[in-house]
Amino acid sequence: MSEFTQQVINGLALGSIYALIALGYTMVYGIIKLINFAHGDVMMVGAYVGYFSITLFGTNLVVALIFSMVVTAILGVAIDYLAYKPLRKSSRIAALITAIGVSLFLEYVFVWLFTPSSRSYTQNVISQKAYHFMANQVTITGKDILILSVTVILMLLLQYTVKKTRVGKAMRAVSLDQEAALLMGINVNRIISFTFAVGSALAAAAGVLIGVYYNSIDPLMGIMPGLKAFVAAVLGGIGSIPGAVAGGYILGILESLVSGYGSSLYRDAVAFGVLILILLIKPTGIFGQDTGEKV
Amino acid sequence: MESFKNSRIKNIILPVVGVAALYMIVQFLISSELLNPYYQIILFLIGINIILAVSLNLINGITGQFSIGHAGFMSVGAYMGAVCTVKLGYPFVVAIIAAFLVAGIMGLFIGVPTLRLRGDYLAIATLGFGEIVRVVLLNIDYVGGAAGIIGIPQLTNWAWLFGSVVITIVVIQNFIRSSHGRACIAIREDELAAELMGVNTTLYKVLAFSIGAAFAGLAGALYAHYFFLIQPTNFNFLKSFDILVMVVLGGMGSTSGCVLAAIFLTIISALLQSFTEVRMILYALVLIIVMIRRPQGLMGNKELSLNLLGKFRRRDKHAAVRDKVTE
Amino acid sequence: MPLLEIKSLNKTFGGLAALMDLNLTLDKGELVGLIGPNGAGKTTAFNLITGVYQPDSGNIDFHGEKIQGKKPYAICKRGIARTFQNIRLFNELTVLENVEVAFHKDVGYGVLSAIFRTPSFFKGEASIKEQATEILDIFGLKMKVDERSGSLPYGEQRRLEIARAMATKPQLLILDEPAAGMNPLETAELMKLIRWIRERFNLTILLIEHDMSLVMGVCERIYVLDFGRVIAQGLPEKIRSDPKVIEAYLGEEAG
Repeated sequence: MSEFTQQVINGLALGSIYALIALGYTMVYGIIKLINFAHGDVMMVGAYVGYFSITLFGTNLVVALIFSMVVTAILGVAIDYLAYKPLRKSSRIAALITAIGVSLFLEYVFVWLFTPSSRSYTQNVISQKAYHFMANQVTITGKDILILSVTVILMLLLQYTVKKTRVGKAMRAVSLDQEAALLMGINVNRIISFTFAVGSALAAAAGVLIGVYYNSIDPLMGIMPGLKAFVAAVLGGIGSIPGAVAGGYILGILESLVSGYGSSLYRDAVAFGVLILILLIKPTGIFGQDTGEKV
Repeated sequence: MESFKNSRIKNIILPVVGVAALYMIVQFLISSELLNPYYQIILFLIGINIILAVSLNLINGITGQFSIGHAGFMSVGAYMGAVCTVKLGYPFVVAIIAAFLVAGIMGLFIGVPTLRLRGDYLAIATLGFGEIVRVVLLNIDYVGGAAGIIGIPQLTNWAWLFGSVVITIVVIQNFIRSSHGRACIAIREDELAAELMGVNTTLYKVLAFSIGAAFAGLAGALYAHYFFLIQPTNFNFLKSFDILVMVVLGGMGSTSGCVLAAIFLTIISALLQSFTEVRMILYALVLIIVMIRRPQGLMGNKELSLNLLGKFRRRDKHAAVRDKVTE
Repeated sequence: MPLLEIKSLNKTFGGLAALMDLNLTLDKGELVGLIGPNGAGKTTAFNLITGVYQPDSGNIDFHGEKIQGKKPYAICKRGIARTFQNIRLFNELTVLENVEVAFHKDVGYGVLSAIFRTPSFFKGEASIKEQATEILDIFGLKMKVDERSGSLPYGEQRRLEIARAMATKPQLLILDEPAAGMNPLETAELMKLIRWIRERFNLTILLIEHDMSLVMGVCERIYVLDFGRVIAQGLPEKIRSDPKVIEAYLGEEAG
């Protein structure tokens, strides 16, 4: 029982990270029907920005987090402007291919600049406290608490933005019917940029948290989590914000359990297995709706 | 009817002569050791990449099914071929045929369940497939796990390679330029309309996947029997990406475009061998720029053709009528 | 026996009932129109007949054979062809190739014959090309055979779409708003074309149209749909003056 609880706790931390990244995928897909292949790498950039903030500028974790979120948001908007916006009217395949290109571009520019070797976040910015339960079998570390609390705060902020603000309403309008939103006077391009900004900021937060939790960042770190977060978004229903959150946590917990009880060799296979199952059984995911082709 | 016969001569005899000449010249260079081993390797890589690009083009460019896990089919063929010669002691012919067939069957397995998936979902599913193949091979001891299979006899010679490339191009082009190929293109253009005009879209999508996969498997077996050793990492997403760039650059839908792009990019790749990051950044930029500025690639969906004087001239492959005026 | 018989057809999308208890019959050789305000369910009916959607309940009999739930290409093989509201040509293919695709279902050679370029391949290709050219000649598009179909002017694209549908040798032709985007002159031409192909090819035609001049001018019988139900059917003159029909199009009067 205690083993199970420990794995669930690990899964919650992991799931938080997947959820934060998955939100970016799902929001961008919801608004322009693009799978932003480069999103995992945007997360990587966020991790590096946070790293430099702490090591070069000597800031504390909170400042590093906010700084990284802002810088990465700008990067996200820039990527959209340079690479995706010219293809708004093109086929989805064209945009997907371009996204793959952007992804590899980011990865290898960073490999070129910073070498493929990993770096670690200094440990003195994070609380090293640990809390023990159930006769010392279950541990909740300060890192776990940090991840969960940051995630919850960001999600509450996101929820508020989407449901209560004008921008949020505009976002929902654009993702439902772009043309109608345009006719209502909504500046669709600005809303799209805003969506990229928010998604990228959340990914940056995930990146910093990964740096904190796993204590290691490298230029190719975005590939696996990016892919898994994408699976999480599909699992929850791509385009659905609650779906991304649900998918993220489900996948995180599932992966922890498999890794804890099964073999850690197959840990990565969990995501692919889930992906295949979802695509075969219900491609629209848990919360997704199938908007069929209008003939 | 005279001009029909003449164009038959032009379309069959001239290319056959040209191809035979090319084969013999290179064979001579290799046998007399005039061709430096480094260039030989590049030449063989070019051949293998041509097969990969042309076969992927059938799936992506002609039938419009976005597949980005092509390296998965290649690895199935490579491993199948290697197992045949190294573990089971069969002759090369058997290995080649087995690789072709098994990869083709894999294509069937991938094609059928993914039929109802739309563009981007299909892409992710094929990517997932490619990764699953890699992870599975990584964990099977019989094929060496992460270490892969070593000591594969170098049975791929110029004859096998050249023959395979020619057969691949001829088979796939003949398929494309037939009613069956038109059916596939119709699916690419408008799947629903194609189905309503009587095209069994399910059948043709699966067929395109299978044929494309089979030839990728062939390429894999040739690769394995040239480079002595194969590991799961040789066939990861980056390999699929490489092939995708060739198809995109050459023009999704143009076989000759894919051939040219395969040649060009293999050479660039070889030149940049010591600068992997630069090569990747370059490839990524090529992909982005081509998609934004010229999404139809170099050739669009036109094909290259020779006129009687042997000059290369772009020709709209549908302008059979204009052909007669060229002399 | 009627050529097409639809009995109690129902189709719901999510919470929206697109078609409720649709009953419709077509006898061989008839030219029937399906009209109604936007969203009445007309195109849904067409999609159900051609197999794009599966009905929730009800029957569609063609030649006495049940076709509801069959795949579109199977229905096409049985003799039903259609055109679309927004023209769906194979844009990158030439005019000729568009029509050649329609002959594919009866292609006389297999994949292996194509690959090995056997005599049956050449014979089959020649036959397809000949038949396709013939149809294009009939529809006045022979001069444009090698042009990219996406580049044709709108009216010719429409004609090509109809020619392509005719190439599948249907017994029932379904036209979805064929006059969409046409001026009165073009519409008059279209009316002549529709009457002519009905005669020439011994066709039965079912069409959706908003252009009343075409409907009244060409249809022998009319069904009127509103909110997924048939609210009136009969001869054009009767429909024209039916109060229910007028109400459906103009909306209810206040009070």
